[in-house]
Amino acid sequence: MLTALLPEFNIERDEDRCIQCRVCERQCSFDVYGYDADHNVMVHREENCVACQRCTVLCPTNALLICESRYAYKPNANWTREAISDLKKQAETGGVLLTGMGCDKPHKNYWDHILINASQVTNPSIDPLREPMELRTILGRKPDKLRIVNGKLQAPDYPSIELSTPIMFGAMSYGAISYNSFKSLAQAAYEFGTMFNTGEGGWPKELRKYGSATIVQCASGRFGIDLEYFNDASMVEIKIGQGAKPGIGGHLPGEKVSEHISLTRMIPEGSDAISPAPHHDIYSIEDLQMLIHALKEATDYQKPISVKISAVHNAPAIASGMVRAGADIIVLDGLRGGTGAAPKTLRDNVGIPIELALAAVDTRLRNEGVRNWASLVASGGIRNSSDVFKAIALGADAVYIGTPALIALGCTVCQKCYTGKCAWGITTQDPYLSKRVNPEIGTQALTNLLRAWSLEIKELLGCGGINSIESVRGNRLQLRGIGLEDWELETLGIRGAGQ
Amino acid sequence: MSTAAARERRAESRGQERKTRGKKIYSPGEWIKINTRGVHHKDLNREIRALAERGARKFELRKVYGQRYIGTNLWGTERDKIKIRVYGTPGSDMGAFMDGPEIEVFGNAQDATGNTMNCGKIIIHGSAGDVLGYGMRGGEIYVRGNVGYRVGIHMKEYMDKVPTIVIGGTMQDFFGEYMAGGRIIVLNKFFEGNPPIRQSYFIGTGMHGGNIFVRGDVEAHQIGAEVGMEEPTDAEWKIIEKYVGNYCKAFGLEARQAKLLRREKFRRLSAKSTRPYGRHYAY
Repeated sequence: MLTALLPEFNIERDEDRCIQCRVCERQCSFDVYGYDADHNVMVHREENCVACQRCTVLCPTNALLICESRYAYKPNANWTREAISDLKKQAETGGVLLTGMGCDKPHKNYWDHILINASQVTNPSIDPLREPMELRTILGRKPDKLRIVNGKLQAPDYPSIELSTPIMFGAMSYGAISYNSFKSLAQAAYEFGTMFNTGEGGWPKELRKYGSATIVQCASGRFGIDLEYFNDASMVEIKIGQGAKPGIGGHLPGEKVSEHISLTRMIPEGSDAISPAPHHDIYSIEDLQMLIHALKEATDYQKPISVKISAVHNAPAIASGMVRAGADIIVLDGLRGGTGAAPKTLRDNVGIPIELALAAVDTRLRNEGVRNWASLVASGGIRNSSDVFKAIALGADAVYIGTPALIALGCTVCQKCYTGKCAWGITTQDPYLSKRVNPEIGTQALTNLLRAWSLEIKELLGCGGINSIESVRGNRLQLRGIGLEDWELETLGIRGAGQ
Repeated sequence: MSTAAARERRAESRGQERKTRGKKIYSPGEWIKINTRGVHHKDLNREIRALAERGARKFELRKVYGQRYIGTNLWGTERDKIKIRVYGTPGSDMGAFMDGPEIEVFGNAQDATGNTMNCGKIIIHGSAGDVLGYGMRGGEIYVRGNVGYRVGIHMKEYMDKVPTIVIGGTMQDFFGEYMAGGRIIVLNKFFEGNPPIRQSYFIGTGMHGGNIFVRGDVEAHQIGAEVGMEEPTDAEWKIIEKYVGNYCKAFGLEARQAKLLRREKFRRLSAKSTRPYGRHYAY
């Protein structure tokens, strides 16, 4: 059948500037460019273009311009171009539509409706250039009361992890991302004193030296898991759900299971890596308790155990159960959380925004008097340092970032991760492409990002007259809502601007 | 950065503490008897671990009454030389993530036995509950009697590790779902002449690797759409002979071995495709 899709993007080439060096052709992994030797011109297959902008950035003469397509159907608010294209793809294949990255639909972004307070006159603001600012964050269960023996404060009995800044890299598996990207995350987290998360794709042996900066995942596929894997890491995370695709599993197709990935996941080369939707040993909170304690036993009670769920309608009740089941850390992944591959319909329609889920969970745990039993990590849709600050004021202990880290490595959010053809070398296993991420430069970019955000968070603290991130945690008086309805303010637990 | 360095220093001092604790005072041949009555699983497993760190290799747990995670907390010990005998009823997740030890249970086992087990052996002289061998990557499990639901889900194999489960009785639904490797042998030995009270369904749904060998009849409507039914090959028959032999030896059933091993009675259930969901997606 005729492919009846209009190109999504137009490619405009300034022929006066083009020197036919064919860089665009070599850089494009989506087969957009060709060279017509007879006429000494470059030819375009616009319909393949995904607007990753690799070619425009690398064109030595700036001859290329990729822009939104001017091809148009008759404008229609209901039958948009996206809606029509999706239907045509489904009619052609009979399959589930896939996509990558987080939800791109214009659901209300609550970060943009929350404003932060500052000190004026009555309490002085603090200059972070001059005065010490504490961003150090400790994750894990906190004791119900302080224990003092002979006048000395005793260390708590619970294992914990320490971060130099409340920002960690969220779970992205080796398989979903390239080895060089994975290594960059590991090195950057280690250098900066924070954590990265291996996802459920195993953990290459040669990266175990970064164990003090590593969180390992135990997900439903149980790939790459053994006792060494748990004990080499600083924390173990049970992954129940992911914001981009709550309630469904994962699927790494066999063609991506290369020799090294097979070694890391401990599955045969070329075989499909299917993560079932649920953990088949977890059908209830009691079962979750069983796995949490199995992992505590497996690590001799030396490591905190976290449980990650996607933010869904009943998140507060579920979180309450998770805390009682023994989770030391709860991770909430919101509606806009990223993914390497997810069915589009789930990514865009299932789950709730992290802002609301986070506030609701924090409120619930406080009301029940168990908030100190577990730390709370927010993820899915954090874009900048002020989002981090707002998340912490809403009740988070720390955040996970995924997309911002990938953007630091070169990503342009073209949402084609699931094709495995990432032209920026990030979400691909093709050796030719994955070389495009240099792990040393990547590490530098990521530590720069962490440094920049940390400096900005210190500025935000200082302007509010606060010198420790600990004092912002759950301090919702630092926030005011704007353009929000009463129920939204109530859920967020904040007042409206001017109130 | 300073935090990473501080973290490492702490880890180092923890390691030293452990080294000085490890005075070897037990001889490896000695069976150490532990009365587990009223002992919480955390204390029991820590005791076994502490003893193992001091050279003990053989443990006899008496009056076991639901203590979970036996055999799990042994990372860092000479775990592949450890043998544990369990008298009574161990709790769930026995041998979860286990990597080497051998556990023999004189009684029934509960749920999730051998969960994500990597290496070692479990022998159960009774029946076992649900989710036996979930995500198992290596080692052997022998169950004299029946097993519950969701057994052998997502078993996988890798290089020299081929997990094997032998079940003397029968199984319930969702058996070997998502199976990616390894082998399960079901002998149905309690039902000769009499069909089981309840048939199991959804056998091997989503299966994309490994083999299930069933002695006795399996009807087409009991198995998942991704599963094909055939006769075992000669090479596979050798494997069946070996592991059924092990089963009979473990439970003193050598006299019945020849009767159990009639080749014409065995069926092999295996994946029709290693890519069961290849056509599931558009682009």
